[in-house]
Amino acid sequence: MAREILEGAMAVAHAVARCRPEVVAAYPITPQTHISEELSTIVADGELAAEFVKVESEFGAASVVLGASAAGARAYTATSSQGLMLMAEVLWNLAGMRLPVVLACANRSVSAPLSIWCDHQDAESIRDCGVIQIYAEDAQEACDQHVIAFKVAEDRRVLLPVMVNLDGFLLTHVFEPVELPDQALTDKFLGKYEALYKLDVDNPMSFGCFTEPDKCMEGRWMIHDAALRSLGVIEEVSAAFAKTFGRASGGHLEEYKSKDAETILIAKGSISGTIKDVVDAWREKGRKVGLVRLKTFRPFPRAALLAALKGAKQIGVIEKGGSFGAGGIMTPEIKEVLYDAGLRIPVSGFCVQLGGREIAADGIAEIVERVSKGERQKAYEYFRLKQSLLPDLVP
Amino acid sequence: MSSKLSMDKLSIGCVALPGGSLVYKTGAWRTMRPVFKHATCNGCRACEMVCPEGCVFENPAEKHTIEQGGKKREIANRDYDPDFCKGCGMCAAECPVDDIDMVPEVK
Repeated sequence: MAREILEGAMAVAHAVARCRPEVVAAYPITPQTHISEELSTIVADGELAAEFVKVESEFGAASVVLGASAAGARAYTATSSQGLMLMAEVLWNLAGMRLPVVLACANRSVSAPLSIWCDHQDAESIRDCGVIQIYAEDAQEACDQHVIAFKVAEDRRVLLPVMVNLDGFLLTHVFEPVELPDQALTDKFLGKYEALYKLDVDNPMSFGCFTEPDKCMEGRWMIHDAALRSLGVIEEVSAAFAKTFGRASGGHLEEYKSKDAETILIAKGSISGTIKDVVDAWREKGRKVGLVRLKTFRPFPRAALLAALKGAKQIGVIEKGGSFGAGGIMTPEIKEVLYDAGLRIPVSGFCVQLGGREIAADGIAEIVERVSKGERQKAYEYFRLKQSLLPDLVP
Repeated sequence: MSSKLSMDKLSIGCVALPGGSLVYKTGAWRTMRPVFKHATCNGCRACEMVCPEGCVFENPAEKHTIEQGGKKREIANRDYDPDFCKGCGMCAAECPVDDIDMVPEVK
């Protein structure tokens, strides 16, 4: 299979088409637009036998794929930032109704202030709803993870929506060599989706029914249980994907020179490329630095993370988000994994690249330098905050 | 498999067949209940039509008599299902002959 030079979003659209969704509904939003635009072209050109539903909003898009999935169709949507916010209510319902919709989030900052560039706060803000979240480092992974996403979502042991995250602009708008998943292999890999329950006029039923307090908790717990069970399914499907397609795009983690590392950095998404360059530079100087890249963020792969991190002397978490008024998003979760294992490895958290600010290798190198001192961080840090830009904070 | 679906025991996705909400006796929410006075009721059925729970019904076993155009007419009584009536009062508000009172539900 030949590699082609494709724009990330276009490549994703073609990879999704090869998964043969029967219903696609999406509303344009930068930087996601090229995915749905290209998919609409693919459908209009008759290359994909799908219903492309034009909608009035992302709430409509999510609702259409919910209905389509409940009717037994393989369904897909894609969005970004404000669009994801507008989908939020439906995403909770998709998870609760156990509908295996796949969606892409072209990660972008959430207003206000208005920004169209990349960070992870859109996806992270819906982390608790039961949607499985996987993150790509490059266009190839974003393509392959869509195939994995459909397979995991539709597995009867899971039946949850899966969201593939790819960094807005940094991945959606960059041209890279990509090998699209082979059509015949993809067909064989995914098979046909058979819904557990489906809407049928001759056999009516209701999804996500009303529960009184005596039953609601069990209904919600089943989402948690399925999400936890998906950890094993993701590993299984990723191994099968690697065997079928010859690429290790799946899995929960990438451990990059971290096995013997004293200082381990943790990140997800495209920033990992820059971090790897810094790791390489430090390794050349004989410094034991490594990267653990998180591909699965929800469910949180606690066991895999513990195994990957337990030998570290200090850990630095590089995030593209934060919980305002608290700390980081991944940082406290990493600490929890270590704490529960009785480990007191110092973990420092850094928020970088909010709203797409560039962090070049020198920024990562500064973080490595500081983390490798092994000191305990007092508070989650908004890295290289420009004090000179700030007004009187209490006017 | 689907023929056994109900909300008595949860299913994956909390899926249920029609009629599943019959297990939820929403009548417990009620603070007011309708009293069908059967003084002026002419059997127009507006109360049945507007009830959002569909729990107002005709009770042909009991009848009352009204005078209409100089003639006596026998009309079937109305009743409501206390298991599901939430006491919203729409029947009383819409009754064109003001034959339904809402009274506090007291024990």
